[in-house]
Amino acid sequence: MHELSIADSIVRIAESHAQGRKVMRVDVVVGHLRQVVPSALSFNFELVAAGTPVAGAELVVDARPARVECGRCGTETEVDGFPFACGACGGFDVRIVQGEELFVESIELEDSEEADDA
Amino acid sequence: MHRIRVRVLEGVLDANSTIARANREDFDRAGVTVINFMGSPGAGKTALLERVLGALACQAGVLEGDIRGTLDADRLAALHIPVTQIETESGFGGECHLDANMVRSALPQVSLDELDLLVVENVGNLVCPAEFRIGEDARVMVSPVTEGEDKPLKYPLMFRTCDLVLIHKVDLLPHLDYDLDAFERNLDAVHPGVPRIRTSTRTGEGIEAWRDWLMETVSRGSAAASSPADAPAGTP
Repeated sequence: MHELSIADSIVRIAESHAQGRKVMRVDVVVGHLRQVVPSALSFNFELVAAGTPVAGAELVVDARPARVECGRCGTETEVDGFPFACGACGGFDVRIVQGEELFVESIELEDSEEADDA
Repeated sequence: MHRIRVRVLEGVLDANSTIARANREDFDRAGVTVINFMGSPGAGKTALLERVLGALACQAGVLEGDIRGTLDADRLAALHIPVTQIETESGFGGECHLDANMVRSALPQVSLDELDLLVVENVGNLVCPAEFRIGEDARVMVSPVTEGEDKPLKYPLMFRTCDLVLIHKVDLLPHLDYDLDAFERNLDAVHPGVPRIRTSTRTGEGIEAWRDWLMETVSRGSAAASSPADAPAGTP
């Protein structure tokens, strides 16, 4: 259940960027090569967000499949199993170009200034 | 209600990586090589340390990350090497792995200057410890033949990020339907060519090779690791 630690980090990051404003939504990018289970992450996110400005925010997970670039033919293809091989020429000399992501892309905040003007 | 979108682009594990780098600087300054030692509960991690650490030609110490109690620490202390216990229950969500901060908080109790090698015995788990760098030079994992040959495919992150695999308890092979060749094929599928040693603490098979690997890693020093605190990359 390391998703609890990861959810905790996400809440802290969102909180620090929110600067006191209420967070409505958090967008995270999770590559398929990470061992992070999105449903477990969402569940833990709800738990650790409680009592913070992130409470009740929607967690949107953008899951990115693994992609490799071939060192032989240069083609970039998606891979869905091991061993990693080029989808075009079958070569094994490949470099991972996508799938190891684990970052907070953006947050959506309640626009308090707008609310004050209204 | 209006909402505003704020771009963040911050790695979820950036805070951990920062502390891992600080750990690494302390280790480098003290000239100590650090091994992150991982495997499932009951894999044989403590026994594999018991067999080599007492008789090493360098000063070794252990940072023990067992969940509760000091059972493993007591076993290792019998070898007359310094053992420090990390109580992971105090960390947030820390019951399943060590992170850089848990290791950092235990460092004041470790006399780094007196050590050449520090083995951090991680919590028994094949999933969670893989995500968290602690500032180590190398990662070693124990994969006993009692666990089945499909493990590299089921827990690829840990197998992909380790520098040595100890294929352990090979003395039990005659009693099992375990296919060693299939295991090695699966291992090579997720981490082609990763060094591996077949070990048994009952027969002593591979124990000398395991000890030699540790000594070589210590003598290579910090050159052993490529980019320990940062890989795998998690930020755009």
